[in-house]
Amino acid sequence: MTALDHRPDDTTAEETPDSGVQTRRPWAKPLGYTVLVVLSLIYIAPLLWMLSTSLKTNPEATRWPLQFLPSDVTTAAYELLFRPGTDTPVLRWFMNSMLAATAHAVLVVATAAPAAYALARMDFRGKKLMFGVILSTLFIPPIIFLVPNYLIVDTFGWLDSLWSVIVPQAAGALGVFLLRQFFLGLPDELEEAALIDGANQFQIFLRVVLPLSKPALATLLVIAFLTNWNDFLWPVYVLFNPESLTLPPGLARLQGAYTVNYPVIMAGGVIASVPVIALFVFAQRYVIEGVARSGLKG
Amino acid sequence: MTATTSDTTSGPSTGASGAAPTGRGTHGAWWAPYVFLAPYLVLFLVFVAAPAIYGLWISLHQWEFFGAPIFLGLENYARLFEAGSQRGAAFWMSMRATGIFVVLSVPLLLVLPLLVALVLNLRLRGRTFFRAVYFTPYVLGVAVVGLLWRFLGDPNIGAINFLLGRLGLSSNIPWTTALPWGWILLVVLTVWWTLGFNTVIYLAGLQEIPRDQYEAASVDGANAWNRFWHITLPGLRRVLVFVVTVTVLASANMFGQAFLVTQGAPGNRTRTAVMLIAEEGLGQFRLGSAAAMSYILALFLMATSLVMWWFFRRWEDDA
Repeated sequence: MTALDHRPDDTTAEETPDSGVQTRRPWAKPLGYTVLVVLSLIYIAPLLWMLSTSLKTNPEATRWPLQFLPSDVTTAAYELLFRPGTDTPVLRWFMNSMLAATAHAVLVVATAAPAAYALARMDFRGKKLMFGVILSTLFIPPIIFLVPNYLIVDTFGWLDSLWSVIVPQAAGALGVFLLRQFFLGLPDELEEAALIDGANQFQIFLRVVLPLSKPALATLLVIAFLTNWNDFLWPVYVLFNPESLTLPPGLARLQGAYTVNYPVIMAGGVIASVPVIALFVFAQRYVIEGVARSGLKG
Repeated sequence: MTATTSDTTSGPSTGASGAAPTGRGTHGAWWAPYVFLAPYLVLFLVFVAAPAIYGLWISLHQWEFFGAPIFLGLENYARLFEAGSQRGAAFWMSMRATGIFVVLSVPLLLVLPLLVALVLNLRLRGRTFFRAVYFTPYVLGVAVVGLLWRFLGDPNIGAINFLLGRLGLSSNIPWTTALPWGWILLVVLTVWWTLGFNTVIYLAGLQEIPRDQYEAASVDGANAWNRFWHITLPGLRRVLVFVVTVTVLASANMFGQAFLVTQGAPGNRTRTAVMLIAEEGLGQFRLGSAAAMSYILALFLMATSLVMWWFFRRWEDDA
């Protein structure tokens, strides 16, 4: 489909002796490495600073001159956040985020996959119109949905409930487009062979197409999870009670509640970061290919 | 953009299925496609199609959430354009803040990731690792990034002022409370946060450019700059269209950074349009007014997209 599918993988690409470019410019490689390493430091240092501060006492975190490492590692900030009975129940927010992002990702894939399949591989009345309408919504700035969706969610009784963060955003068009593009690339013979074996369209979809589409489904699943886990503007306004929050609005409230206690705020940041960094390390290929592909298909 | 490219790929195959009886789409019950589409369409109708129209209706009313909407016609819009209207002044100030942020951030977000992608494309060892490092902040989301940079930029105990002091520069810069420092901090954190996203897209685009084009150019004696200008940039054309559009729109929708880091300070001068609309509608519950503001902002954004689209069309024609 794209270069991503048939380019040699990274390890072989690195070992390929390069013609021309570097041999005539011997400074290119050392300079390239210097840039990459310096930039990496700029990228990693703030994250390490967050982790290190979260393990300090508050006086130490604010003592001038600043010390990079804590002199006495303490988990006091984390203990405060996990203590029951505060109005900043971070453990609860964590569980809410986990539940919401998982449910949202499953809902996105479960609704987008069959829709994308129909749009890619079936003929029916109104297909072009329907695709055109779905496509056109990609060009509507999302801000106009803010107020009306607030009222719609309210009529369902979903304000201050996780339903409001799980369901409405699942209607986005991106998942349908990503999967439609993938399904368009599958060979026709697959369906023909299954038809001869007497399978109907639902069986073909479930038993032939979905198993072949695991990489595309995984990509969408991971991206939908990350997007939902990090969503900020909407949950800040639709969730209010301390018990109902997900992590992003919770972190904003943490900043308000502990303005002068940075170890606690940084501990909140670490707690919100660990799952997504772990997911990213584990599923890096899917995340990066999903992003790269969205650009190439643009 | 997506429609044109993808329709050309689907076009021939549907045409073929019309001729050959075994092709896709000609088998099975006529209602089957609708069953496949139904779950998504329900979500789409309720949360995308309906609110797009409902929002227009709301914008024609005075609506305070608790209480019945009162029909106003276009007054919510007119008020924003009236001289001396407080709400209008606040709105245009927020539009100005949004414009400033777009102008400051977009050039950096276009150029720096391209430079990084070009370096990564030198095929150095470990580039997969470096690419992942630069992409990591992007997976964190704005809440974590915002509070981390609020801390780094803290005027009294922040690491940025500390490092500047170590370098012998001023260590009392009010990053979160005064201009232009607030804008600088917001732009720097946004570049740090999203550089990896554009880098990954550029890198994928670079890898699609056939290497023999470079070799041919080298044989013809083209220098590095010529190769960049005549091969790399034209080869990235499609990718650039996407990156420019997505970056401009993302910057124009900036919310979380200002909400968390500067909180609009000083004097609402860093309060962006999205931040004001959210506060007006869902904080103050002036729903009709906020809806009207959101349509005006949306018109601006769509006009911007059209201008960019027109510009890129001309570029394609020239090439």
